Amino acid sequence: MTTPNLRKSPAKFSIPHLTYRVWTVWHRNLDVFIKTIKVNFLPSLLEPILYLVAFGFGLGGFVQNINGQPYINFLAPALVAIAVMNGSFFECTYASFVRMYFQKTFDAIVATPVSVEEVVAGELLWGATRSTINVTIVLAVIAAFGLITSPLFLLVPIIAFFGGLMFAAIAMCFTALAPNIDFFNYPAFLFITPMLFLSGTFFPLTALPTAVQALAMTLLPLTHVVNLCRGAVVSTVEPILGLSTEMLLLVSLVWLIAVTAFFFILAINMMKKRLIA
Amino acid sequence: MVSREVLIEAKGLTKKYDDFLAVDHIDFEVYRGECVGFLGPNGAGKTTTVRMMYCFLVPTAGELTVAGLSVKSQCREIKALIGLAPQEDNLDPDFTVLKNLTVYCRYFDIPKEEALKRAEEQLKFFQLEEKRDVPILALSTGMKRRLIFARALLNQPQILLLDEPTTGLDPQARHLVWDEVRHLKKQHVTIILTTHYMDEAQILCDRILIVDHGKIIEQGSPAELIKKHVGEEVLELDYDEKMIPLLKEAFPQSRMERIGDRMQIFTDQPHGVFEGFLQQHKLQNVSIRNANLEDVFLKLTGRGLRAE
Repeated sequence: MTTPNLRKSPAKFSIPHLTYRVWTVWHRNLDVFIKTIKVNFLPSLLEPILYLVAFGFGLGGFVQNINGQPYINFLAPALVAIAVMNGSFFECTYASFVRMYFQKTFDAIVATPVSVEEVVAGELLWGATRSTINVTIVLAVIAAFGLITSPLFLLVPIIAFFGGLMFAAIAMCFTALAPNIDFFNYPAFLFITPMLFLSGTFFPLTALPTAVQALAMTLLPLTHVVNLCRGAVVSTVEPILGLSTEMLLLVSLVWLIAVTAFFFILAINMMKKRLIA
Repeated sequence: MVSREVLIEAKGLTKKYDDFLAVDHIDFEVYRGECVGFLGPNGAGKTTTVRMMYCFLVPTAGELTVAGLSVKSQCREIKALIGLAPQEDNLDPDFTVLKNLTVYCRYFDIPKEEALKRAEEQLKFFQLEEKRDVPILALSTGMKRRLIFARALLNQPQILLLDEPTTGLDPQARHLVWDEVRHLKKQHVTIILTTHYMDEAQILCDRILIVDHGKIIEQGSPAELIKKHVGEEVLELDYDEKMIPLLKEAFPQSRMERIGDRMQIFTDQPHGVFEGFLQQHKLQNVSIRNANLEDVFLKLTGRGLRAE
């Protein structure tokens, strides 16, 4: 039977009720990942190497020291942060959409005792896991290049997981709205690409006008992940907007936690509205 | 029927979309161990009703309970009791045949070893053992439908929801599905079946609910419905205007219907009433057959085509 144009019934906005079943959804995605590990592994490994060679060594030779350190040391933690963003954002847009829309995997799972909320939460945790896996690879690459100078780098996987969870949740909100898969070109080009360049990644934010700095600090999630990664990998973060290094890291940490919690709950509610009519 | 314990109960059950009443204040009961068929044209509300039973759709109004549990608040408990074979293929194309089943078991908290055991059993019954390690994309439509059916049985459900289980199957595969349905009926599994095949409903179902425009327009056992609405036998012959007065005279009580260039005359008289008429009038292309559920269905829901 063809169902007519669905206006969703009023699923009330709520704090999701989650159980351990979230992990069964996560586990499904892990199983697929392991099956296709070779395809998954190679791009994550090659990308940071290319960036380091092209920008770090190539371009970096023409760039003065930043905050008392060579350009390549400034760049390395940003590559970690970019891996956090890309890992979960693309997982929870394109890949989740394929599972939801084309494969009807979510429909199959919600016919079991697993709830819609748990399906979405499992997808988000998986997105965060993808970020963590990608970041671990990038971390290994920059370690091989001798670019880790702080023992705090051990915190990076934790930053990657929670930062990944944030981007996963933001991505899932787009997925809840997407009428078709081409829709993701909008967030990819209007959200991810600008963020890639305007978050203190390839040059310090202080090179930009104060207003742009303020915007980057308030609106761009990647800025905060970059700050935290830089703090952990090379332990020197250039002050922005008059905030000291310590204050800046604290602000970024609080920002990340608050925004992750907000979008986590929002994403689950939006998806629930889309999936259960 | 084995017992009269009510397992599924709907009262004033309604599902409304914007300006469309998909299910319109329906009441019905399903008893434990029964096989109940929901029949209706496309868009009648069959699938919508089934989807409310496993909490995939939320009712707009009314009550629906499954094993005494409300679909409004006890979805998880309900879904643990239900096996679902949906209309569309939602097998997991990222996995092989076997892995589809074992991963599905995980959603039901079935431990790993037990999951493997049950998966192998189902593959054996549905004659998919050879396809055990094959990706889903390599399966034919019939094999996919069988695997979907197999998957629905993994949690050993008390209630099985079969939404058009044999659509697109070849006769061999249909009979395999029917055998399994009969086997499950013997084990007192309650079965809800939607189908467009009247022979299937007639063979498998203890009771039929005919649904149209979101309402249940008739219900009863296949035999009851046929007797009540069509009678015993049907005479089919080529349409010929000259024959109509003769037929009316010979069978004054009978309903007559023209379909294209054919005519049907229905009788509730005992078998043999048409034979005498045929001996008097030498006619070509004539057949006498038993009345069936399809006659009932077409009488009640009309012959007009429905929007897809």
